[in-house]
Amino acid sequence: MILDLDRFLRTERPYWEELERLLDQLDSQARLDLAGARRLHALYERASADLAKLSTFAAEPESRRHLEALVGRAYAEIHQTSDRSTRFQPLHWFWVTFPTTFRRHFLAFVIAVSVSTLGGVFGAIATIADPDSRHVTMPFGHADMRPSARVRMDESGQSRAGVQAVHASFSSQLMTHNTRVSILTLSLGMTWGIGTLIVLFINGVGVGAIAADYILDGQATFLAGWILPHGSIELPAIFIAGQGGLLLANTLLGRRSNLPLATRLRRIAPDLATLIGGVALLLVYAGIIEAFLSQYHAPVLPYSVKITFGLVELGLLILFLGFAGRSSNSSNPPDPIP
Amino acid sequence: MNPLRIRTPEGVEFSLPIAGPLSRALAYLVDFTLVIAGNIVLVTLLSTLALISADLSQALIQLGVFLLPILYGVLSEWLWNGQTVGKRMFQLRVVDAEGLKLRFGQLLLRNLLRAVDFLPLFYLVGGVTTLLNRRSQRLGDIAAGTVVIRVPKLSAPNLDSLLGGRFNSLRALPHLAARLRQRIPAPEAAIALQALVRRDDLDPDARISLFADLANHFRAQVHFPPEIAETLTDEQYVRNVVDLLYRPTPGRPLSDPQPARDPKTPAHPLPT
Repeated sequence: MILDLDRFLRTERPYWEELERLLDQLDSQARLDLAGARRLHALYERASADLAKLSTFAAEPESRRHLEALVGRAYAEIHQTSDRSTRFQPLHWFWVTFPTTFRRHFLAFVIAVSVSTLGGVFGAIATIADPDSRHVTMPFGHADMRPSARVRMDESGQSRAGVQAVHASFSSQLMTHNTRVSILTLSLGMTWGIGTLIVLFINGVGVGAIAADYILDGQATFLAGWILPHGSIELPAIFIAGQGGLLLANTLLGRRSNLPLATRLRRIAPDLATLIGGVALLLVYAGIIEAFLSQYHAPVLPYSVKITFGLVELGLLILFLGFAGRSSNSSNPPDPIP
Repeated sequence: MNPLRIRTPEGVEFSLPIAGPLSRALAYLVDFTLVIAGNIVLVTLLSTLALISADLSQALIQLGVFLLPILYGVLSEWLWNGQTVGKRMFQLRVVDAEGLKLRFGQLLLRNLLRAVDFLPLFYLVGGVTTLLNRRSQRLGDIAAGTVVIRVPKLSAPNLDSLLGGRFNSLRALPHLAARLRQRIPAPEAAIALQALVRRDDLDPDARISLFADLANHFRAQVHFPPEIAETLTDEQYVRNVVDLLYRPTPGRPLSDPQPARDPKTPAHPLPT
């Protein structure tokens, strides 16, 4: 049997047009009242039935595509599980969602820290065993100057004038660079985590090599005063990006899960977005501190003050990530039903 | 390319056509050009701030150039339901791989993961992944659970201009017309209709050959008297057959405008 397409289209088209109008209204963030929602559902069911009829009895591709697109839009609108109209609450997200997400995947964070630490130990050993390796292991031109020479220059104020003139741009340069590295670290989770582990390890090598170089040169206090104010936030932020990358890798590998890959990724996507959002915020803060505080050294700013400041920051970060949002009702939200 | 097939709980299956790599690349090129243009405008505007503070101007330029491509991708796809300017131009749309509504996290993730799709340069990883994946997903799409589809043109077929307004000699024999409708299955009717819709795109030889095959096939199904069947060209014969199949009773033309009504009030009550 072939459908009388002429009559069918004439009869059904008004319903399709009405459904399309309702969907357009919803796309423009309008809300439907109960009667409107019932009407939407009825129109969707009618369009679905029409699609089934058209597919079975007419096989006319143009009308079918038209109707498929319409049914697809209505299906998305009716079956979406998350409430898109819920307004994003930045404070709730920061104080509750971010730290609870971090804690939910704490093991991945521990692995990220461990791999970076391993890289750090490797960098330190390389610097101690083979001083010439500095040209390979140390980033940002640190290999070109002995730590004691740099300390003398910074403490004499020779470099301070230059830094003072470019506070803001230096700060934004640090933010954008570190955020790029973090995004890459998380994204490389798609290489089953291999890329993420490599980035974390190399990052650790650089930090370890520089730290060993300063300590061997007797500049441990300067190093702590220089690194801690921004590093106590910046380094954990990079680790959290690594945590996201490893989480993504674990989801791809699907350990201890029988769910299909698409479902696993769907469940983890909000957590990844939350983690990278949190990382970006932490890096903005760290960039400001690095440009406006870390570059000032004794005698302008005593090392004890800088070290104390850095340790307090680290303590607050641990408290925040470890305990914020625990009392909230949504601290352990159930997995979304896909 | 296999379409994205989704089966609803109501038991209805619909499919969305997956966008090919070429149209996606062209859309990206448009977006990339727009971002570059936006960056030039941004840098020009922010450079004027150097009159107040060169440092501040430089800082804002760095942040702006970094954020613009990310914000452009995420916000335009969020606000335009999965479309950017490039995707609009090439009639593409990002959709959820399960047909549900896009969530902000998905869009953020697919745009951030360009970092890995872009590696080592010129979108090589993303391009290769798109070619290998049956849904043409790049890594960002896989992670975010999104698919880029072609947006079909939402238009009903204009059968009226194709078939209407011409004398159909086959209608003179209603019993044979009814037999024809009974014997021709829907897929065959659809092939004939598509041949008519696309006839002007065919080479002359191919057009003659195609309609000869179709006409012979339909002539073999139901034998109309020779004085009717043989006086028609193959193409006219197929047109008349399609007219009979899809418009058993020639009625109001399809292109008749619907009566004007208030768009807020449903014109047709639905049975409850």
